[in-house]
Amino acid sequence: MDAVMPMDAGQSAGISLVSKLRRAERTRRFRALLLVSPLLLYILLIFIIPIGMMLFRAVYDPDISRIAPQTLAALASWDGESVPDEPVFAALAADLKVAQSNQEVGGLGKRINYELPGSRSIVIATARALGRLRQGPYKAAAIAVDPIWGQRDVWAVIKRAGSPVTPFYMLATIDRHIDVDGHLVRVAPQDAIFVDVFFRTIFIATLVTVATLVLGYPVAFLLATLPPKSRNLLLIVVLLPFFTSLLVRTTAWVVLLQTNGVINDTLMAIGLIHQRLQMIFQRSGTLIAMTHIQLPFTLLPIYSVMGTIKPGLTRAARSLGATPFTAFRRVYVPLTLPGVGAGCMLTFILSLGYYITPALVGGPNDQMVSSFVASYMNRELNWGMASALGVLLLGVTLVIYLIYTRVLGVERMRFG
Amino acid sequence: MRLSFKSIGAFAGCTALVLGLVHPAAAEDALTVVSWGGAYQKSQDEAYFKPFQSKFGAKISTEEYNGEIAKIRAMVESGNVSWDVIDVDSGTALQGCEDGLFLKLDWKKIGDEKKFVEGGTMDCGAGTVVYSTIFAYDADRLKPGPTTIADLFDLKKFPGKRGLWKNPAVNLEFALMADGVPRGDVYAMLKTPAGLDRAFKKLDTIKSSVVWWEAGAQPPQLLASGEVVMTTAWNGRIFDAAKNEKKNFKIVWDSQVPDYDFWVIVKGSKHVDEAYKFINYASSAPVMANQSKYISYGPTNTDAIPLINAAILQDLPTAPANTKTALPEDVYFWGDHGEELRKRFNTWLAQ
Repeated sequence: MDAVMPMDAGQSAGISLVSKLRRAERTRRFRALLLVSPLLLYILLIFIIPIGMMLFRAVYDPDISRIAPQTLAALASWDGESVPDEPVFAALAADLKVAQSNQEVGGLGKRINYELPGSRSIVIATARALGRLRQGPYKAAAIAVDPIWGQRDVWAVIKRAGSPVTPFYMLATIDRHIDVDGHLVRVAPQDAIFVDVFFRTIFIATLVTVATLVLGYPVAFLLATLPPKSRNLLLIVVLLPFFTSLLVRTTAWVVLLQTNGVINDTLMAIGLIHQRLQMIFQRSGTLIAMTHIQLPFTLLPIYSVMGTIKPGLTRAARSLGATPFTAFRRVYVPLTLPGVGAGCMLTFILSLGYYITPALVGGPNDQMVSSFVASYMNRELNWGMASALGVLLLGVTLVIYLIYTRVLGVERMRFG
Repeated sequence: MRLSFKSIGAFAGCTALVLGLVHPAAAEDALTVVSWGGAYQKSQDEAYFKPFQSKFGAKISTEEYNGEIAKIRAMVESGNVSWDVIDVDSGTALQGCEDGLFLKLDWKKIGDEKKFVEGGTMDCGAGTVVYSTIFAYDADRLKPGPTTIADLFDLKKFPGKRGLWKNPAVNLEFALMADGVPRGDVYAMLKTPAGLDRAFKKLDTIKSSVVWWEAGAQPPQLLASGEVVMTTAWNGRIFDAAKNEKKNFKIVWDSQVPDYDFWVIVKGSKHVDEAYKFINYASSAPVMANQSKYISYGPTNTDAIPLINAAILQDLPTAPANTKTALPEDVYFWGDHGEELRKRFNTWLAQ
């Protein structure tokens, strides 16, 4: 092109050509953007905004500041040591009256109850009692309803929870809380659960990942080396679990694994065991069922990567004097690593989110983080806690992902 | 430009589609009643929904749910309420009332509040059935069978696995009653740390022999497969398996923990008058008595009890012979302490 164009003409024409090209590029890019914009908008509306709003609840809880503004204002000058005086109680009474007409006393009681269990009904009873009074003194009346109002704990909780941005939920996910004196302390041992649950979740996900890899790698190798006809048949067998719902598959495992189930019956009949094995309602049930469900997710990326490896490479290694095992280990396996990485990553991250399977076939200590998220969301209606657990799970997952890609290299991961 | 014109069209179309999906479907004229599905909702269909529609010429559209209070909250918060009347358990009735999800009921529109059994009315809920947590065994496998709550915790007399609900509610009550605490003192004791420790200690004695269940359909299955020798359960499920699957399951009514289901009206419902009309109808004695023909749950209207056939009555939690040692569940106790105790219970499970 350059050679054909005269030098001087080339300069002016070149500039206009570049800008023309750029303009054309810009239009094209704009069109491309316009084409994907429905998808972007969809992801934004359906995925990013709702999830972002949900995660925001982990640190943002305006309930008390909304329901009890006067009490908070009156508490601003409170020393935090003694029991507050009449003006604070009068402000509380005024707030409770408003809250009662708005049907919001329960919300206030519930929030205080998170930190002082048992106080929910006290707040409601107090609201009823103070609502009947036309004038003070409110302090004596409140303490008459329940002595809790004569202790500083409840006031410390109200004051601390009065700030709309709160670390309360995030701290609870690591079994910590702020005590009445403002110190960060561990929760009582009988309530410390989430740190264990997080480690348990990661541990189970790791075991499932390793099990799917050990079981899946040889099958993938077989699939990649079989003639097409038998390969398709085997592939259908591998994919079969995808055709039934997760719940059905899990229930099927109950039938197979239970004490009087098919597997125990068979083993007893052929005399391999003399006492029935306990395989269900403990960790082994969770691992077996999850491994079965996750197997194709690990296997398929490995299989598709294996399909791209030229058989000539191992043959070359053999011709250079390598034993079959050395050729496999030093040539073949490294070439499959991108698929192994992708498959394991997929299974690991999906495994972190299981909750129906452990609930149905697992034991009492197999509950993973997501079952707590579900129960805080649905049963307790404590969305702050559900969000906080979600944030921590997301954070842990991202950290593991980063370590993983640093070790393996994300550009080396291939799904096929 | 042809392309971008098209893409703008596609863009607009997709936006409309997305907004259309997000936007509520226009509210229908029918009253939407939501319940738990299964045999229970079938009994409501026969006893309430069908007769109500033919009597008043009204339309009811029914839906099923699984107790997801979060769904109701999302509806109320977004102002997009498509459910009108819901059948909820007592905990949800209390929680939803205090969170402002349900209307405070105007009893003048429903009927005489005093006609309801004790505990059968709440600020936001009108009781509809009495169900009970009991424990049951397979009489074909266990002879002689257990008779008292202490037998549930007696591994010497009845060795083998037991099924218990994976929830502290009812289990803590059972544990204390089995430990000899009088029924009247159970909830007072559970409010003290010493009482709680005592309940957990009693549960410790059978912990290694417990299979924990989560869904109501599990206990009959655990019994039928012989996985457990006895299990706690909701009485209707055991009755159903005994009747429809011809199992020789026997219910032990000793120390049963009855509880109620309630009708509530969702705040923001567009059919409040119709909703009251429905609850009023469903709470009248003859209509309510009719439901026990279809499922073994008791009525909450005291006038309905004498109307029930004696053969049916003996299987209901409200039968006089069954209530002698009953401990009605204290929904206010669980409202106050439920979250804290569920956490402690889960920690205890993992130990």
